[in-house]
Amino acid sequence: MTPVSFEPSMILAILPEILILALGVLVLVLDLILPDERRGVLGWITAAGLLGIIGISLAVARPGAEARLVWGGMLRQDWLGFVFNMLFLFAAAITALFSTDLARLGKRGEFYLLMLASTLGMSLMASAADLIMLYLAIETTSIPLYVLAGFLTRDDKSTESGFKYLLFGAMTSTVMLYGFSLLYGFAGTTNLYGLAQSVMSNRLPIVALFGSLLLVLVGFGFKISAVPMHFWAPDTYEGAPTPIAGFLSTASKAAGFAVLMRVLISVFPTDITPWPAVIAAISTATMTLGNTLALAQRNIKRLLAYSSIAHAGYALIGLVAVYNPVSRSLGISSVVYYLVAYVVTNLAAFGVVAAVGRVVGSDEIAAYAGLSRRSPWLALTLLVALLSLAGMPPFGGFVGKFAVFASVVQSGQVWLAFVGVLNSIVGLYYYLTVLKVVYLYRSEDEDKPLPVTPSYVTALIVLVVGIILIGTVLAPWFTVSNTAAAALF
Amino acid sequence: MQFPILSVIVFTPILSSLLILLIPAERKSEIRVAALAAATIALFLSAWAYFAYDIPAGGYQFVEKYTWLPALGISFHVGIDGMNAPLVLLTGVVMFTGVLISWGIDDRPREFFAFLFILATGVFGVFVTLDLFMLFFFYEIAVFPMYLLISIWGWKETREYAAMKLTLYLFIGSVISLVGALAMYFTSGLNTFDMLELEKAGFSVAFQQLWFPFVFFGFAVLGGIFPFHNWSPDGHVAAPTAVSMFHAGVLMKLGAFAALRVGIMLLPEGAKFHLPWIILLSLVNVVYGAYIAMVQTDFKYVIGFSSVSHMGLVAMGFATLTHDGMLGAGVQMFSHGVMTALFFAVVGMVYDQAHTRDIPHLSGFRKVMPLVAVAFIIGGLVSMGMPGFSGFIAEFPIFMGVWQSYPWIAIVAAISIVITASYIIRIIGKVFFGALPEEFEHHVHDVTALDKVALVFLSVILIGVGVYPSIMVPMVESGVTHILRLLGGA
Repeated sequence: MTPVSFEPSMILAILPEILILALGVLVLVLDLILPDERRGVLGWITAAGLLGIIGISLAVARPGAEARLVWGGMLRQDWLGFVFNMLFLFAAAITALFSTDLARLGKRGEFYLLMLASTLGMSLMASAADLIMLYLAIETTSIPLYVLAGFLTRDDKSTESGFKYLLFGAMTSTVMLYGFSLLYGFAGTTNLYGLAQSVMSNRLPIVALFGSLLLVLVGFGFKISAVPMHFWAPDTYEGAPTPIAGFLSTASKAAGFAVLMRVLISVFPTDITPWPAVIAAISTATMTLGNTLALAQRNIKRLLAYSSIAHAGYALIGLVAVYNPVSRSLGISSVVYYLVAYVVTNLAAFGVVAAVGRVVGSDEIAAYAGLSRRSPWLALTLLVALLSLAGMPPFGGFVGKFAVFASVVQSGQVWLAFVGVLNSIVGLYYYLTVLKVVYLYRSEDEDKPLPVTPSYVTALIVLVVGIILIGTVLAPWFTVSNTAAAALF
Repeated sequence: MQFPILSVIVFTPILSSLLILLIPAERKSEIRVAALAAATIALFLSAWAYFAYDIPAGGYQFVEKYTWLPALGISFHVGIDGMNAPLVLLTGVVMFTGVLISWGIDDRPREFFAFLFILATGVFGVFVTLDLFMLFFFYEIAVFPMYLLISIWGWKETREYAAMKLTLYLFIGSVISLVGALAMYFTSGLNTFDMLELEKAGFSVAFQQLWFPFVFFGFAVLGGIFPFHNWSPDGHVAAPTAVSMFHAGVLMKLGAFAALRVGIMLLPEGAKFHLPWIILLSLVNVVYGAYIAMVQTDFKYVIGFSSVSHMGLVAMGFATLTHDGMLGAGVQMFSHGVMTALFFAVVGMVYDQAHTRDIPHLSGFRKVMPLVAVAFIIGGLVSMGMPGFSGFIAEFPIFMGVWQSYPWIAIVAAISIVITASYIIRIIGKVFFGALPEEFEHHVHDVTALDKVALVFLSVILIGVGVYPSIMVPMVESGVTHILRLLGGA
């Protein structure tokens, strides 16, 4: 695949990115001119703007049936990038709504600007087709996130969270960069599809190739918080502002998956470099460790952190299925389906945590006692989110799990499906433990109502409807996942 | 186009649960009336479907098929035949009586009925579905509300433990079957989850023998098969009355039915290979379950273990793979469902008044609640398999079927009838007859009119099927014919 020469329609390929940038500038200007008491609208403006960008992109910037390399081979305009892009924009819009009513967060323009910058980076990650572009995109995503995680500067935990995230991120990205440089050294090109040709021609030493693949995996594994690059996640999620923890565990993770799938599948043929075996091992370890450690958590954000580690493991199952040509298309589309369901679901879970934490002032699971009496609807939303995470129908998580398990059964690795289903039982256990506290345990405060602001109501309704739609109206979502997956082959 | 009665049956409960959730929590009487209205509609529709089924024509009727996810061959495909039509009716009956019995629930009745109805949708869905994906979809919808229903409204002593145990057992079972189902789907190469297509897939014998245990046991966990029956008495005891009724009455049938529908019907060669040893497990269920029931002192545990014993008869009937055995098992699923719902209703009523279920402490309840005593005796006679009651219609063919293939198993299993008689008669004598202890003298009252309606309704069904078996037997027989055809006319 060679880059096409410049033509004006290429602007459309980066239209979402351009609009995100414009929105960021708008937020910054408004932040300057709006008086203090009216800055509450910034979150709404960001959310509305992002939804507007989704609308515009869907209307005019859809990629064609044929993928093409644009902007000198820096980006690949295809459905995989586009679908993920929409997912990031959606997650960012929801995160903006979750943030807008939080003290020390919601009324600061720079918060939204940083979030938009990070979203911009994710968009580029999903469609980057060149190692340089990829690295820049990853850093554009990460650096604002380091700041956002430590945004509450007067809160020790938040600062610690940001700093830990930074240290881990910096270290893993260095290793990854080393991997990139080796790849460049061997193949003499930084373009992913150029690299692919060199690899196919079998001129490269296999050991070195596999070694650099592992180095690259370190960086990607960090983004998706796969074992053993997961250590940062619980500490970072716990300390970071809750909406940002939600953003990290959804959009940022999905971006990591987009890159992981693109690089592994385009550059490394499975018959030359048997990476699915590595992914299978990582997946098993990630699911098992994430779920096991989640059992012991008393803080809901740490619990969700470990659960989100486990979910990375489930999603990786679909990637393992790629080694068999029969199941590879289902494998990738199952990962996409899984991620769409997961992003929507996990955002809802973090949204409830933010809404509760805002009033109660605690993220301990014990603080959720009596929630179903204080706010039945919030409790029900948490029920939907956690059951969807556990993989229960009629919620999106069920279909996602069904799809990844199906793909790996089709590929012939039935054992991995068994590992997955056994893990989902462990998962169900701790999700139910939380629900038990919410529905069963009494608390002294249970007569005090728990006010939920309009921004939370709006966002949570959208998410719950989304979770149910993804879990019941299957065909359109599956078509989208399939189209996205097809772009890789 | 005909009226889509089965879809309406499936979605009535879940839609009413959404409506109920929209009623403000403090308007409890409106919530109850709404729940009763929904349950009545469901009962009416399921009875309609049952009686409108054309037995001579046989096969699947009221079939509806809509594409759901064409890329993977998943469709919303429902239909009833002689095997599942009685189960649909059973669900309608238990749902209706369950709502009547739960009238007195005062802690968050809105959530209670909402969760109970989500459960009902799951159950209806599994019974009527002809699509394997949809079966799992509804199966798990039926599992998770159970956790909340038991842990929130259950018996304080054991509810957290029992609810978690039950949910995990059932979920483990279902996900293991799920892997088996996926293996079937891909091995068939038909790209469809339609069970009517998969029946014709012609899986190799080795494949069937390998996967049958996974699929069968995964579901049979919910049917209470030994040694995976352990969750069930604990779950029954911890659950609030209506949920125990649902649980023992309907959910255990869900497991048995799914094990039949997916295990035996889709993997007949595997069934022929494995069932000869599985029948031994069911024998353990039957005899050991009855024996354990006999030595319990907690009224509800007696009934809980009696369910294990009676569900063993269902598994045994299926495992014979004979016409008689299957016919009996099919009727037994219905008969036991109604009977056990009646039992749990009675236990709940006695407990609500006496605040204890310890059999040695109970006595003379016939005096304060005569109708409850009569209902229990009717249930007891069904349980013992007395002629004139539905239990006889169900158990006699099972024993005939077992006798044809394994005479000595029939002899051993028959011991259970004696044990059953002993514990039932002991309870009748101890709990309902004798003198009413002084401690109960003044604060024990008769049950409400709604409770009586529920008891009479259930009792009438049990006697009706017993006296006039043609109301059910020919129908189940038509279903059995189809299964036997799949088994190669055995």
